Amino acid sequence: MSVMKRVSLIFRAKADKALDRMEDPRETLDYSYKQQVEMLTRVRRGVADVATSRKRVELQMNSLQKEITKRDTQARDALSKGREDLARAALQNKAQLQAQYADLETQFASLQEQEEKLTLASQRLDSKVQAFRTRKETIKATYTAAEAQTRINEAFSGISEEMGDVGLAIQRAEDKTAQMQARAGAIDELLASGALEDHVGGGTDSIQAELDKIGASSDVDSELARMKGELSAGAPKQIEGNGAAVTDSEAAKAEQAGDGA
Amino acid sequence: MIVRVLGEGQFRVGDDTAAKLTALDKDLDAAVRDDQGDTFSAALHAAVALVKAAGTPLPADEIVTADYILPFADATVDEVRKLLADGTIPGDSVGLP
Repeated sequence: MSVMKRVSLIFRAKADKALDRMEDPRETLDYSYKQQVEMLTRVRRGVADVATSRKRVELQMNSLQKEITKRDTQARDALSKGREDLARAALQNKAQLQAQYADLETQFASLQEQEEKLTLASQRLDSKVQAFRTRKETIKATYTAAEAQTRINEAFSGISEEMGDVGLAIQRAEDKTAQMQARAGAIDELLASGALEDHVGGGTDSIQAELDKIGASSDVDSELARMKGELSAGAPKQIEGNGAAVTDSEAAKAEQAGDGA
Repeated sequence: MIVRVLGEGQFRVGDDTAAKLTALDKDLDAAVRDDQGDTFSAALHAAVALVKAAGTPLPADEIVTADYILPFADATVDEVRKLLADGTIPGDSVGLP
């Protein structure tokens, strides 16, 4: 049998079953209305939850983007220092981060779409609930018991279908955000602990450490060269202690410049 | 004829569209029966797109039941098989115990 028909029969069967259970149809109207208002609260909360999830993914995308930029800078830095091996490691790391970023981008789009749809569903339910309230008062005030039964059934089945739809939509949204939160939580932890770098394999901490080491050793080299120059010029009296050495050598340079003039 | 697309609301469609939908519905049915995920998704997307393009959305304050209900546009064949098998709809009771 037709899928579309079977799905609609499932929805109708639910409403019929609920109607069968009612003793006083008029009381049911009020009871149902109360439940509709609760459902409305639920769907609004659902929209807020999806929005929170979306914002979180957005923040993570920003963090990842920063990491990606950092790897790029490290690769350039390493290359300029003649360390192609380190540059390669940094770029490999960057590629892995970019893959993660692309994954987050997909999640972000999906959450955004869900948020929009759920917002619209919430607005539709809101309109229907308001209409139901009006209709329920009309039914209670205007119709005889026999007539009222038919009208109640119509209104009830119609609103029941909407509630079922919204209920399913909220459940799907909840499932999706729960999945994403689990993944987002893992990325948050990794970003916070700095483990992301090791986790994605490149060991970027070690790249940075290596680059820092190169930076430090080239500082030492240039300082050594300067001191050698100073010693051969016979200028400085004191060479231990960085600050002192720099100050002395500057003083020496000034002296030399003065002598030369 | 009124068609609801889950998550998108109800639409009124003309006879031409209804005929096209019936054809797509046969594909959906076969895909559910044979558990063909790709065929199912393709037919579902086509059906939802058709209803949204050719149908007129019902006013939000109109309370009526649909003649046919299409699953969520991105529903998987497993999800629909499950729905058809156990008929579980959260909030289905419309608040009735």
